[in-house]
Amino acid sequence: MPASIANLMANVAQLIFLLTLAPLAEGVLATLEERLQGKHGPSILQVYRDIAKLFAKEERVSVRSTWLFRFAPVIAFVMPLFVVLLVPALTTFPLTFAFMGDMVAAGFFLALAGFFTALAAMDTGNPYGPIGASRGRMVGFLVEPVFMMVFFSVSYVANSTIPYIVNQQWIAHGWASFLDPTHVLVIVAFVLLIVADESRIPVDSPSGHTEIAMIGHSKTLEYSGRGAALMKWGSAMKLMLLTIILVNVLVVPYGLADRVTVAALAVAAAWVFVKVIAFLVVLAVVEMSLAKLRLFRITEFVGAAFVICLFAMALRVVAA
Amino acid sequence: MSHVSQLSATLSAADSLLTVLVGLAALGLVISRQMAALLRLFMAQSILLAGSATVLAVGLPSEHLYFFAATTIGTKVVLIPLVLRAVATREIYAEREIDQVLSIPLALLVAAVLAIVAWTLVRPLAVDLGDSTLVLHVSVGAVVLLFGAFTVAVRREAVAQLFGLLVMENGALLAGIALVPNLNAIVEVGVAIDVPVIALVVGLLIRTIHEEIGSTRVGYLRELKDG
Repeated sequence: MPASIANLMANVAQLIFLLTLAPLAEGVLATLEERLQGKHGPSILQVYRDIAKLFAKEERVSVRSTWLFRFAPVIAFVMPLFVVLLVPALTTFPLTFAFMGDMVAAGFFLALAGFFTALAAMDTGNPYGPIGASRGRMVGFLVEPVFMMVFFSVSYVANSTIPYIVNQQWIAHGWASFLDPTHVLVIVAFVLLIVADESRIPVDSPSGHTEIAMIGHSKTLEYSGRGAALMKWGSAMKLMLLTIILVNVLVVPYGLADRVTVAALAVAAAWVFVKVIAFLVVLAVVEMSLAKLRLFRITEFVGAAFVICLFAMALRVVAA
Repeated sequence: MSHVSQLSATLSAADSLLTVLVGLAALGLVISRQMAALLRLFMAQSILLAGSATVLAVGLPSEHLYFFAATTIGTKVVLIPLVLRAVATREIYAEREIDQVLSIPLALLVAAVLAIVAWTLVRPLAVDLGDSTLVLHVSVGAVVLLFGAFTVAVRREAVAQLFGLLVMENGALLAGIALVPNLNAIVEVGVAIDVPVIALVVGLLIRTIHEEIGSTRVGYLRELKDG
């Protein structure tokens, strides 16, 4: 089999990996949090069941909504799949589509999904949609500069914005690079960003059911049937994708396949999933130990991430 | 004479990490709202400082720094909390939020500016200092010093000001252990005794203020009271 076809197959494997395991990762996180709170919690397969049930249900759309409302779930579903082609999800070397963009492009794709979801939330006339959407934008405009700072600090350390090269740099420098303060600070800032961007505690409560207090989750209130299923699946994939970027590019760039064979990819997939679950355990414990912040204190949370990033950059300038 | 440029790559990286975490703990002090968190942050920072000293002690090697690490743990992690618990339990362990002159987002921005100022000041010294570990210690030490001073200046709260003072001292020591690894034991003993005494004196002061005016919000004490 020629190398180009093999790489293409590996790309398909990345897509299948994200599509099939993202609901499981989200289910594990949900169950873990409930267990930590002393509750029994849903099955870890609950997210699969939800998605299957929603696909079977009839979709109802408000007569006041426009094409945006139908379009947003597709975008939210497809963008994580685009981005997973750009980042080292399973292999250490770039695959066929990796030439399409670097980390800035990945950030753009995810921001695009967020943009359309916010527009769609305002589209229906549901009173809670615009509130959640504008709050989401508020968090978003605070988070995005910090995302840029994280990308630039990482690029500055690794001299590249291509995630594959960043990841190679960490491996090449060995253990000393994991203790490198810039590296550690960027990891801390990125974790804070995942928490903010994924609407987890302390920024937002993912299991809350009060519409008035929602940030991220009120955007999908109006969806039913297929649209709701795509939204749910898309958000599970986005969480898994950000986690993959964190663990594979920043924290532990080991355990990835260095060649395209079925066995190597399977081993890599298992390793990456173990790493993702390990991070989700950390996330669950962090979420457990914090209280939700008031809306106007989110600036402080994201501001701390920003200053940490600034530290990382400045340290690089001063002490390198 | 031992010098920090003798460190191996891994030890140097471990030391940088601990040094930077000392800086982050100082940032935590600037932005924390909870009274009870201040003492915990200070203790965490002292443990990190002792860790950094231990890494330097292993790398150089320097027995003075082992002694320094031990006294830091002994005084700042054990003795100071005991002293403060003895003299000002109600004030230090209060579960309430701290008043401040600046809002937290503004304080964050000022902290960022202070960090840049400190690093700009240290940058010209970098050539003379030479080694990157040394530069890092001096620059983060300067940042911690400024953050401590900032806390003393903008917090209208005696307890936070006490920790600002103590954190300033940690910052000075952070720079000191890298600049002068073989500090005279007399100096170290002096510092080790000084710090709990500062905590005792300020702790007593805080308690007296609390007893006299029913609050530790010293920022509101602007006018003298007659009789």
